[in-house]
Amino acid sequence: MNAPEVTLQSVTGVDVRLRIAGAGSRSFAFVIDWHIRLILTLAWLFGGTFLFFGTVALADIDGEGFSSAYLFVVVVPTLAIYFLYHPILEIAMHGRTPGKRIAGVRLVTREGDIPSAGALLVRNVFRLIDALPAAYLVGLTSVIFTSQHVRIGDLAAGTLLVFDNTEKETSFEAFCNAQQQGLSPQAAELVYELLDRWKTLEEPQRREIACNLLARLDPNLTVHSLVTETTADLHDRLKRLLPGTGLT
Amino acid sequence: MSASGGSEFGLQAWFASRVETWRGLAPILQSLERKHRHSPADAAKAIEMYRALGRDLSIARRILPDTRTTQALEQRFAKLHALIYRKPHDWRASTLTLFREEIPAVVHELRTAILWVSLLFALSAAAGWWLVSTYPELIGLLASEEMINGVERGRLWTDDILNVVPSSLLSIGILTNNIVVSLMAFCVGVFFGLGTFYIISMNGLMLGAIFAFTHQHGLAGSLAKFVVAHGFVELSVICIAGAAGVMLGESLIRPTHATRRESFQKATAKTSRLLLLCALLLIGCGFIEGYISPNPDFPMINRLVIGIGYWVVMVGALTGRLFGKRRVGV
Repeated sequence: MNAPEVTLQSVTGVDVRLRIAGAGSRSFAFVIDWHIRLILTLAWLFGGTFLFFGTVALADIDGEGFSSAYLFVVVVPTLAIYFLYHPILEIAMHGRTPGKRIAGVRLVTREGDIPSAGALLVRNVFRLIDALPAAYLVGLTSVIFTSQHVRIGDLAAGTLLVFDNTEKETSFEAFCNAQQQGLSPQAAELVYELLDRWKTLEEPQRREIACNLLARLDPNLTVHSLVTETTADLHDRLKRLLPGTGLT
Repeated sequence: MSASGGSEFGLQAWFASRVETWRGLAPILQSLERKHRHSPADAAKAIEMYRALGRDLSIARRILPDTRTTQALEQRFAKLHALIYRKPHDWRASTLTLFREEIPAVVHELRTAILWVSLLFALSAAAGWWLVSTYPELIGLLASEEMINGVERGRLWTDDILNVVPSSLLSIGILTNNIVVSLMAFCVGVFFGLGTFYIISMNGLMLGAIFAFTHQHGLAGSLAKFVVAHGFVELSVICIAGAAGVMLGESLIRPTHATRRESFQKATAKTSRLLLLCALLLIGCGFIEGYISPNPDFPMINRLVIGIGYWVVMVGALTGRLFGKRRVGV
């Protein structure tokens, strides 16, 4: 199923199309961020505790040992990292977080702009509602049932989570390289598709498609000459046509 | 590859002529994204790129529909669009405008809602007082057992608080809790305002009930002494946040724009500015509640002066006078 799009008008007359990320990409980004957040939080807590007490076993520490300095240097920043991770990183990274970057999504306004700090703060304040009653149930329900897959925080802040896939950057670079080898954009697209699906295709199918495609792309090759080659050789020939795809 | 026709050859030629330009876009986009202050030359270059990319994208959509090349161009075009349309930042001027013009305008618009929410809070407090005065056993529903036992022994839960937690940490705990309560009172307005009514009523009910309970044990004066320095502003801010929440609910019930979504978004954008000031005021309350309120050495008169003085500061901030807004002559 194709992701829904939002189309924005621009002064050039060419509209801007943004593909909206669904519940899957959103959850994926959140889970990555949650892990990063948890690791940072625990690292600060245990690192700080070790520096103060020489041990990380909180149960072994006498209750009176928790001085104001410990609370301010260790406990307060630990809570700050956990609770302010999203707002601070979204503002600093212009609508992205490490998790969103890995998941290939970013936040934009409904006009396609980078959201303001105020909008990002509002979006995060509404986590209080989206997180209800547990495990972001309200937010997730809202994402599933709204046409633009937004949670209540996004509705309030006027933001959208759209795809910002770095995989396209890699393939784009590969297509540019392919052009220098005389490959047309359509042919490059076909080669890329085949390489992308290589592992999921059955052996006879991928051999057949690869032989036919290579024979059409290079007049010096024929299907008969190619069928004698090993699958690995065919794969190498295809990869040489699209250097820098990053596909294996 | 063999050229199968003139059109394909033309496509190849066009692709070849543009490919280097497209390849150079990524680093330029990255540097434009990273920079906070752009020179006029940067801006001119970005606009020129935007126009050229728009032309290329338009051609690509026609001759290479649904290909990765077109999708990648679309992605770069969208990024450039976002960069070009990004609103200019002038933190100092926008902050001053926020506190001097925008927040007072929101407060003015919300004045009726603030009055109604304050009335609801006062009525709930009166109801709480009446309930516990009439049925003392109901305090068990609203206060912890430890708190009840302490009061019954003639001691307020605030008496030895500084012996347990240092003022600095107490302040941070209190201000965080107050900010969360205010934000919650605002956010739950999304449930057509009902959530806000519930939070305001419950807070009022608890306040009235606890005062009634302490009054029964002769400790209401001590509790008032504890509350007076920070309470005026703290309770006012909760009512203001509640009024902002009511506005959210109203924006859904009676939309002011074409759609409920748009109306809700505009109402949130407007009221969230007020919440920023509320949060700042609650930080002040937290410090007063951590350093002054639990300190038995502070006499009542000093607490009263601080409480009323801070409330006057709050009114000054809400009307913009504190930040230099002048009264408009009639």
